Formats: sequence, structure tokens, C-alpha cells
Amino acid sequence: MIEFRAVTKRFEDGTIAVDELDLTVEAGTITVFVGPSGCGKTTSLRMVNRMIDPTSGTILVDGRDVLTVDPPTLRRGIGYVIQQAGLFPHRTVLDNVATVPLLSGWDKRRARTRAAELLEIVGLDPAFGKRYPAQLSGGQQQRVGVARALAADPPVLLMDEPFSAVDPVVREDLQNELLRLQAELDKTIVFVTHDIDEALKLGERVAVFRKGGHLAQYAKPQELLSAPANDFVASFVGRDRGYRTLTFLHADVPVHPVATAKLGERITVADWTLVVDEQNRPKGWLSGVDGEVEVGEDDLVSGGSLYDGSSLRGALDAALSSPSALGVVVDDAGAVTGVVKADDVIQALAKARAAGEVPK
Amino acid sequence: MGAWLFDPAHWSGPTGIPVRLLEHLGYTLLTLLIAAVIAIPLGAFVGHTGRGGFAIVGLSNALRALPTTAVLILVVLWAGLGDFPVYVALVLLAVPPIMAGTYAGVRAVDPMAVDAARGVGMRESGVLLNVEIPNALPLIYGGFRGAALQVVATATIAAYTGAGGLGRFVFDGLALQEFGQMLAGAVLVALLAVLVDLGFAGLQRLTVSPGLRPAGTGGKR
Ligand SMILES: Nc1ncnc2c1ncn2[C@@H]1O[C@H](COP(=O)(O)OP(=O)(O)OP(=O)(O)O)[C@@H](O)[C@H]1O
Ligand SMILES: [Mg+2]
Repeated sequence: MIEFRAVTKRFEDGTIAVDELDLTVEAGTITVFVGPSGCGKTTSLRMVNRMIDPTSGTILVDGRDVLTVDPPTLRRGIGYVIQQAGLFPHRTVLDNVATVPLLSGWDKRRARTRAAELLEIVGLDPAFGKRYPAQLSGGQQQRVGVARALAADPPVLLMDEPFSAVDPVVREDLQNELLRLQAELDKTIVFVTHDIDEALKLGERVAVFRKGGHLAQYAKPQELLSAPANDFVASFVGRDRGYRTLTFLHADVPVHPVATAKLGERITVADWTLVVDEQNRPKGWLSGVDGEVEVGEDDLVSGGSLYDGSSLRGALDAALSSPSALGVVVDDAGAVTGVVKADDVIQALAKARAAGEVPK
Repeated sequence: MGAWLFDPAHWSGPTGIPVRLLEHLGYTLLTLLIAAVIAIPLGAFVGHTGRGGFAIVGLSNALRALPTTAVLILVVLWAGLGDFPVYVALVLLAVPPIMAGTYAGVRAVDPMAVDAARGVGMRESGVLLNVEIPNALPLIYGGFRGAALQVVATATIAAYTGAGGLGRFVFDGLALQEFGQMLAGAVLVALLAVLVDLGFAGLQRLTVSPGLRPAGTGGKR
């Protein structure tokens, strides 16, 4: 658990980066600090491992005042991940990851064995261990940065915009990987970002900061969306927050049967037909053909997003993005199980609201 | 020159080419060692703390502006003939490039890596010794090799104060009007400079992390 008690940071030039911050980060959760640039997120984060010392106030990590601990010793017990990873260019990937165990006095052999394990944990082939950071992609470097932070198995992890320098696809991978890791490791993670979508996706609790280091709201993601504390939070979480709320709603949406056909099959197209491969996975839609036709790859209209039963947002998006207005539902193996309709999603939403499941 | 250089008589005895070569190499290496011991810690410390950078640059420039022969003569007048004035003059020549290279090298280390070094719990000495210096090595070597070339060339003036080295051939040749000997001395100096530089290039290859080589050439071996 990390507690900020009336923490203020004023820099020498008079800038008040953080102002009387009171906040408790629960043990075993991912807490996200989000807010516009310059609002004091990094400063708040760096006060936890004493990369910056507060002007006044107290920070407790697991009940211990950080100011009573010698900074290097404190930092070895707190994982730290920064933007662009900050790997040591002159050390191999394996030695980068082994840094903290070695600093903590492990012997070289044990530290390296542990480092190799960690590469696997963060989803990197251990063969990468022999490479140097310059020989990795940005996303791979970021994974190494996470592995390095986890090496000595610290209970607390501080992450400052760790995924902001990679492209959106890789970022999503890394986010999912972090969620998967956290499910296994159960660390206390403070994650800084200025991307509200990232905050809502990763955070169990989200602290919205506003300029001057003021805490505007500290709440669960769905609460930020459904009940923003003020106009600042409302505008920061964005216009389509009603739509985003659906991310946190899980309700049954009726799944309808759908006409499917395989490539090369001869069929008579009546209305929209879903074309699938041998494993029954969706390939695209077919329509607007008169009489009997042979299903060819060229005639397919590519489909929208797929709904895997996750949340109402996924169901609605699948329906809205599909050329047939039918959202394709898939099972864990990616095989088609039916389709959903936007109307049904809206009705499911109305039902959930009536049942009091939608937070106000 | 060829006749003088390849005369076997000049390749033996206490005033022969091998002895003079070794003397010259001795001046060079000891000078570089002393200069490195002074310049690397200074440059690294100032680069690490970021304080006094202007002083380092000013000092380097002032030292560079000193004419080496003038320094030599002054020290001879003060301390007499021998090796001592030679070392003073040569060390003053070698310090600025090594110090500037070290300072620039440490300053140029990726600030993210330095921040991360502190963030994972290295002490300041560890940040400097285990992250900043290893990453600064290419630039430190740059300054050092530049200094080495200057020192090899300039160590010729040792002969001026009655000491040894390849400069003997140049100055004796001049005194005796033996241009073959002078030229041979000069050629030997140039040759030694190339060899010394090759030696340090090899040392650099052995001691600089492959991770710091320019992209495309480094790493997997
Ligand atoms: N060393 C410093 N000296 C003076 N002012 C500083 C210093 N570091 C940060 N600040 C100021 O403190 C404020 C908060 O900075 P901080 O880095 O915490 O913001 P941030 O929320 O992390 O922003 P970003 O999203 O851009 O990273 C800013 O106004 C910044 O200019
Ligand atoms: Mg920041």
C-alpha cells in the first residue's frame, strides 16, 4: 500500500508541481495517474522512490515513511519502468534484467538464471538475452524494461508512461501483457499515462490530476465515466463516455443464428451470408448476388470487429462496424457462434439500467 | 635516408634505433598514463555532476593554447635538464583532449539510462562507474587516441633537453647536417604514431561494449 499524506512539491523555481496530495494506492491493484501534460503525475510518482523528495508531507510505502530509508536501498525494493525503457546500452539484455539482483548482492549465476526466467515471463524469447538494447524494437525494449523492474520481485512497481513511445498495436499488446502479468503477480502498481483510454483499460482505480498537482477525482473507471466529479473530469474522459461506459457492463445479449457458407461452396444468396473458413472462423460477408453463385474470395466484403462476449461495448461495436449490421459472435477458438444486433444491445442496456447495474 | 635507416650499425648499441624507439614509446606511455590519471577522473566527475563544465572547457582551451616548447624551456630553466621537464610539457599537452573527451562522453550518455540507473538503486559511484563511464568509452578513447598521436609526435622534443627518444636522430642529424638521419628520425616517429594508434584501436575494440558500436556492425559474435 502506498499513502500520500498532504504531499506538496515545490521546485526551486517556485513551480508547485504537486499540491497537498492525499491519496491511497491499495495493495495488489493497478492504480493509474492520468491527467494533462505538466499536471504533476511524474513528480508524484518519483516521490515514491525518492527520485524527488517532497517539500512537505509524508509518503508511506507499506506503512514505512520513505524519507527514513536511504534512497538506493529504497529503490532496489521498488520496480521502476520509464518511457523508452532507459535500458543500459552497453549491457546485454540479460545483464540489464539482472541489474537489481546483482545490486542486491545475488551471485552472478543466480541473477542470470532469474533474468532468463523473467524474459520468458514478459513474453520474450530467452535468445534475446544475448542481444544489446540497440538490437531490439521499441516494444521489445519496453518488455525488457518491465523484466528489469520485476527482477528482484519487488512488491511495488512504478511505471511512468511505459508504453507511450510504441505504436498503437504494440501498445495494446503490452497493455494486455501487463494485465496478464498482474493477474499472476498481484503487485501494487502505479501507472502514469496521459492517455485516458489506457487509464480506463488498465486501472482498477484511476486518479485524475489537473494542472497544479490537484487531484480532480479518484475512482473506479466506470465511476469516472458515469459520475464525473466535475466538468474537468467530464471533459477529460471525453465526449463518448456514455459509449465507453459500456466497456464495464457485462449483460446477456441474445445471439441469433446466421447463414454461413465456406469458400468454393455453391450457394444461393438471399440476404447477407457469413463466409467462414474450414475452422468456422469468419472471413467476410457476401451479399447482393442474384441466383446461385460460387463463393469466391474476391466477392467478400470484409467484416467488422468480432464480439467475444466481453462487454456490451464489444457487442455494440461489432454490430455497428459490421457491413450487415450483424455483429459476429465468436468463441474462444475464434469460431462463429452467431450474431448480435444493435437493438438487442440497447435493450440489454435498458434492462441493466432498470436492474440498477449501471452506476449513476 | 634509406642508406642511413637500413645501416645495421644504426640498429644496435645504446644509441641505436631499437633503444631510441623504446625510449620514445616509454615517454609516450608514461605521459599518457599520468595524463589519463589526471584527466579522466576530472572530466568524469565534472560530466557526472554537471557542475564546473565551463571551467573544464576553459581550462582545456587555456592548456591547448600553451606552446609546448615554451613550457619545456620554462621548466628546464626552473628544474634543470632531464626527463622531468619533458613529462611536464607532454602531460600538459595530453590532458586537454583526454579531459574534453571524457567530459563530453559522460555528458552524452542517454539521460534516460542514467535516470534508470538511479531508479533501480545504483549509488552515485555506481552510476558513474557502471553506466556513465562504460557508455562514454568511445568518446574517451577518441580523446585519448588524439592525445597519443600528439604525444608521439611531440616527444621528439625530449632530445632538446638532452634526453633520449627518436628526437635524438632529428636533432643530431640537424647538428651534423645529416639529413638522412633527420629524415629517418621523422619517419620512425610517424611509424611509431601509427603503431601506437593501432594498439589503442585494438584495446578499444576489446574494452568497449559491442552494444555501443554503430548500428549494423555490433553485437552478435
Ligand atoms: N526539476 C524541475 N524543476 C522545475 N519545475 C519542474 C521540474 N520538474 C517538473 N517541473 C514542473 O512541474 C510540473 C509537473 O511536472 P511533471 O513532470 O510531474 O508533469 P507530468 O504530469 O508528468 O507531465 P507529462 O504528462 O508531460 O509527463 C510541470 O509544470 C513541470 O514543468
Ligand atoms: Mg510525466
